[in-house]
Amino acid sequence: MSEPRTSSTQESLERPTVVVDDLVVDYRVLAGGRRADRASKVARRPGALKRSRVVHALRGVSFTAHEGESIGVVGHNGSGKSTLLRAIAGLATPTRGAVYAKGQPTLLGVNAALINDLSGERNVVLGGLALGMTPAQVSEKYQEIVDFSGVGEAIDLPMATYSAGMGARLRFAIAASAEHQVLLVDEALAVGDAEFRRRSEERIRELRAAAGTVFLVSHSMGAIKETCTRALWVDHGLLRMDGPVEEVLPAYKDSTR
Amino acid sequence: MTDAVSSPSEIARRAGLPRLGGRPPFLQYVGALSGRRALLLELARSRFRASNEVNRLGMAWVVIRPLLNAGVYGLVFGLLLPAGTRPDNFVPFLVVGIFVFQFFAGCLNDGAKAITGNLGLVRTLHFPRALLPLATTLQQLLGLGPMMVVAAVICLVFGEPLALRWLGLPPALALLAAFSTGVGLVAARATLHIRDVTQLLPFITRLLFYTSGIFYAVDRVGLPRPVEVVALLNPVHVYISLVRGALVDGQAVDGSTWLLGLGWALLSVIAGFLFFWRAEERYGRE
Repeated sequence: MSEPRTSSTQESLERPTVVVDDLVVDYRVLAGGRRADRASKVARRPGALKRSRVVHALRGVSFTAHEGESIGVVGHNGSGKSTLLRAIAGLATPTRGAVYAKGQPTLLGVNAALINDLSGERNVVLGGLALGMTPAQVSEKYQEIVDFSGVGEAIDLPMATYSAGMGARLRFAIAASAEHQVLLVDEALAVGDAEFRRRSEERIRELRAAAGTVFLVSHSMGAIKETCTRALWVDHGLLRMDGPVEEVLPAYKDSTR
Repeated sequence: MTDAVSSPSEIARRAGLPRLGGRPPFLQYVGALSGRRALLLELARSRFRASNEVNRLGMAWVVIRPLLNAGVYGLVFGLLLPAGTRPDNFVPFLVVGIFVFQFFAGCLNDGAKAITGNLGLVRTLHFPRALLPLATTLQQLLGLGPMMVVAAVICLVFGEPLALRWLGLPPALALLAAFSTGVGLVAARATLHIRDVTQLLPFITRLLFYTSGIFYAVDRVGLPRPVEVVALLNPVHVYISLVRGALVDGQAVDGSTWLLGLGWALLSVIAGFLFFWRAEERYGRE
């Protein structure tokens, strides 16, 4: 372990925003995935109680992120990328190890819905308040959020009526409106049209410029190359590689061939 | 320790980064909750509106629903079933019982879904999780207001005099709300650990509906004394009695019922918050 020594001079210059220390996250699931499945009460098989099984999502990950860094996280499906992001957001409890972070990191995922029965407008207000804004800040930023999302007049309609792209755009706009020190983006850039992607990437660069740190999980190598300076390659719950995008991406690509 | 190489926890300590996750101490948690009042109000209000606005008649359902309910139960229990256990002026008696019970049952059943039905929110955003069950109780309270106005009007129409005892209504409802809040918090956590609880809830709700003296007077059934004592201690019956005591003539309650109501409310709120708070870091996980 001589590598940290060389980076310690850097650390004194760059201020760390996220420190992940030997992070292990296990999930306990009932065999058959019953606990994860909300509709399962119908599908419940008759018979004995289900036994629970432990899934090791992360098996000891350590790294430090700094101000102004934009970090792409790559890996196969089920490698633990999303769990890593959720742990950094404080939404998945470490089984062992710890996450230290500046401010409250905010996770932005495409699958995470706000409240579908409510109009986009109510969701903007709710989302803003949930992100910790005051009502005054929400009404101040409201127009900016709506404009950024490009949802237009549909803002009055329930979110359930939105297309997947519209919903994702609105969620991104809400989450990106708050002043984050650490923003975690899970696949959000994969949706939306070219125009929206361009604006999102611009917004991520702005956040970085404001001394923030951005994590980006994506299967789109293009998006990561465009926006990230550093990449983490997660493989079967372990950190396989951590370095500049130009080094990690080719290595990751080679492994998928 | 002069070595420049430092462990991750050292780096974090030097940079002054706090450790994430875990649950804050109880009082700090309650403080954080009250700091998020705006979110709580917005959640309850917008949900309440959304649940009604999908209908053509919109908010009118807030009043129509309890009226229809009173009509149906009035028909079934007032006209069709025999009347041995009924007190005088049965309609106000019945309407108050049903409305109070509906509020309680709403808190119990919606509270049970407060976390499991909002996993998207829980997995994305950071806020004290107790906000969700609290918002469902508040949403129910928004519906209880109009229901109580309807109940009061029905009482007046059926010849109940407007009397000083009506002043007992606000404190009775406050105790009921406190009790239901605690129940909602317990239900929210219980269903998260054991989804099977959701299967039992309809039966628990129905059992309480038939045992809480909604369409009969508990003391007129002629139960054996020990059973009757249990029936009278039942918190749902206690709160129904308190509200009836305020609105319906001849249903006056004594101080012991008020004390019982206060006791149940305190017990429920304190136990509910503690029970819910103890699993705070686990709500996003499963």
